[in-house]
Amino acid sequence: MAETTYTIIDDGRVAVLGAREGAELLRRAEAEGRPVAVDHEARAAYLGVTARARAAALASLEAPDFTLPDLEGRLHSLSEHRGKKVLLVAYASW
Amino acid sequence: MHQELQGLGFTVITVAIDNSADDARPWIEAARPAHPSLIDTTHTLADRYNIVNVPTILWIDERGRIVRPNDVAFGTDTFRPLTGVAAAGHLVALRAWVRGEAAALPAARVRALQTLPTDDDQRARAEFGLGEWLFREGRMESAARHFERAGELAPHDFTIRRGTMPMCGIDPMGPQFREMRGAWAKAGNPYYRPLAE
Repeated sequence: MAETTYTIIDDGRVAVLGAREGAELLRRAEAEGRPVAVDHEARAAYLGVTARARAAALASLEAPDFTLPDLEGRLHSLSEHRGKKVLLVAYASW
Repeated sequence: MHQELQGLGFTVITVAIDNSADDARPWIEAARPAHPSLIDTTHTLADRYNIVNVPTILWIDERGRIVRPNDVAFGTDTFRPLTGVAAAGHLVALRAWVRGEAAALPAARVRALQTLPTDDDQRARAEFGLGEWLFREGRMESAARHFERAGELAPHDFTIRRGTMPMCGIDPMGPQFREMRGAWAKAGNPYYRPLAE
């Protein structure tokens, strides 16, 4: 059965599809000009977001919303802080 | 900074672009922050804001508008000898903006200073996303191939090139990082790119 499925990660959401359905989704994403990364061995693909869409969102200057967990797993969104000035800091342990 | 200014309608939000909550945990627990301190293992933030290295800061105003695009700033001068970026300039400007003593950057200036993602940046992020999923599935060798491909597509993206080192069992402060950074500098590229104001 493993041979007949395809894992598609669409902008972070994971779905396991039939091989034909998966191939169709990939074709459509490529036709739309989306960035697509494929691993044939693992029968998995990642569908990203186009540079055009990301660039247009940033150039609009409306800060893209995001939802991420804290250490306890509680989710926080940028949009909850509307009405405040925000200093957004991306850092890493590396 | 957060505690000093929070009464003025201000918050800090920190996001650790790390491979697991446990990588960021010691930093967060040591700082015991009063502000949201979030973990981004899948580069959600990097993808939306075209973040290619850390630290990266942005200012967002009360209406949710970006009023200072991706910039390099440090909270202290601890790493100044390594980074060449002083903390004071940003802290002074931030205080003045939060207190309403100085305006942030006008929209046209923000746009002029923004670096927008290219097709290759987004291809690199797709390769990273697939690699990150493969890593979680225990397919380390396949993951490493996609991380390498991502680094080739976006050699300036150190959230990928350096940030994936721990997943591949490489010390991100060790000789392989120093070699990567040295080659990058030798080719005439700065590792940190603060805004030219």
